[in-house]
Amino acid sequence: MCRTKRIENGIVIDHVSPGKGLELYNLLKLNHTDCPTIIIKNVDSRKMGKKDMIKICDIEHINLDIIGYFSSDITVNIIQNQKISKIRNIDLPEYIKNVLYCKNINCITSVEPEIDHIFKLVNRKNKKYACVYCDNIE
Amino acid sequence: MKNLIDILDLSLDEIFDLIQTAIKIKDNPVNYLEKCKHKKMATLFFEPSTRTRLSFEAAMYELGGNVIGFSEAQSSSSSKGESVADTARVVSCYSDIIVMRHPKEGAPVVASMNASVPVINAGDGGHNHPTQTLTDLLTIYLEKRRLDSFTIGFCGDLKFGRTVHSLISTLCRHKNVKMIFVSPEHLRLPGYAVLNYIDKNHIEYVETNDLDSIIPKLDILYMTRLQRERFSNIQCSSSMDNPYILTLDRLKNAKKDLCVMHPLPRVNEIERLVDSDSRACYFKQVLNGKYIRMALILKLLEIE
Repeated sequence: MCRTKRIENGIVIDHVSPGKGLELYNLLKLNHTDCPTIIIKNVDSRKMGKKDMIKICDIEHINLDIIGYFSSDITVNIIQNQKISKIRNIDLPEYIKNVLYCKNINCITSVEPEIDHIFKLVNRKNKKYACVYCDNIE
Repeated sequence: MKNLIDILDLSLDEIFDLIQTAIKIKDNPVNYLEKCKHKKMATLFFEPSTRTRLSFEAAMYELGGNVIGFSEAQSSSSSKGESVADTARVVSCYSDIIVMRHPKEGAPVVASMNASVPVINAGDGGHNHPTQTLTDLLTIYLEKRRLDSFTIGFCGDLKFGRTVHSLISTLCRHKNVKMIFVSPEHLRLPGYAVLNYIDKNHIEYVETNDLDSIIPKLDILYMTRLQRERFSNIQCSSSMDNPYILTLDRLKNAKKDLCVMHPLPRVNEIERLVDSDSRACYFKQVLNGKYIRMALILKLLEIE
């Protein structure tokens, strides 16, 4: 069993599918923060068998909206003084930016690379997002 | 309402108000001759268009305003590599309202995000054409005196026909509208149109490739041309001959009050002899387009 030290204050992103931790780290743009961050891969999980985790120290506010799109199984715990102070509800974000990329070759984003790829949630049940420019569904 | 990008930007009440204003203008055009005096409309047409651009320009001139702009991409700074966003910012400095046609889908959305004046989408690729839809709705209202409880057939190129997509999306909001889609297999409605509008609104619809069998059921027949300029080579080779040419013979079984519509330009999908039939409404549509665009310009410029 692999165990890591509890963090004093920060955010623990738990129940990430095994092997997906680094991908989520990149999506959350955690490489842009200077907070100490731990990515844990393939640890035992009663719920999932195996899981990944991300522990981000000394930070409380970070845009975690994308997590809902990434996986609905993930839990987010806010840690204060080594204890869980709050469990963040994870929901599908209404909009996601530069995560999905429009594949419609007729979309304006295909010829103007500086435009942000923005998708709007159009079907919560089926987790469908549409490009805000051309309505193409990904 | 600041912009008109998609017909769904407008509520049914707003559409009804625009239709009422257009009818008032049509009945008394003299009352509107100076409504837009000292206002400038920029027509940014990155793709060639005759009737839409002329309709907007005629609309603005009949409101007493002025028009600046270009009618093809080669005449604009986009040929030098300028982005849509920058063009919108720059043109906002010169005009009170922007009308944009662009071959790429979503370009008017980008313009509206960056312009400081209202933006009207005058057609973006095969995507949306909301002012044609307003034109169509005004025509249906004038011919049928209602915007609900009818059966409408869409015939021709339903894949690339943006006028069809926009009209379907708004008619889905009206009660008791039944739709019949007539097209070759490879030119059927794209998935997103069906998924977004029709299935979501539980609209009763039929897809077929047989025009003759459905004509007697229709209150409105919306013809479209095959948009060959948007076809791939494979589609082009299999679609050179249009199987859906509306003839007087085909109209024999149609209702006496059928309303035949077409966004124009027509190629060969409606034979010329049909033009003199009382059911042909497509040239009335053109005139209606000018009045509804006048109403839209007034609304976006917040002029009473």
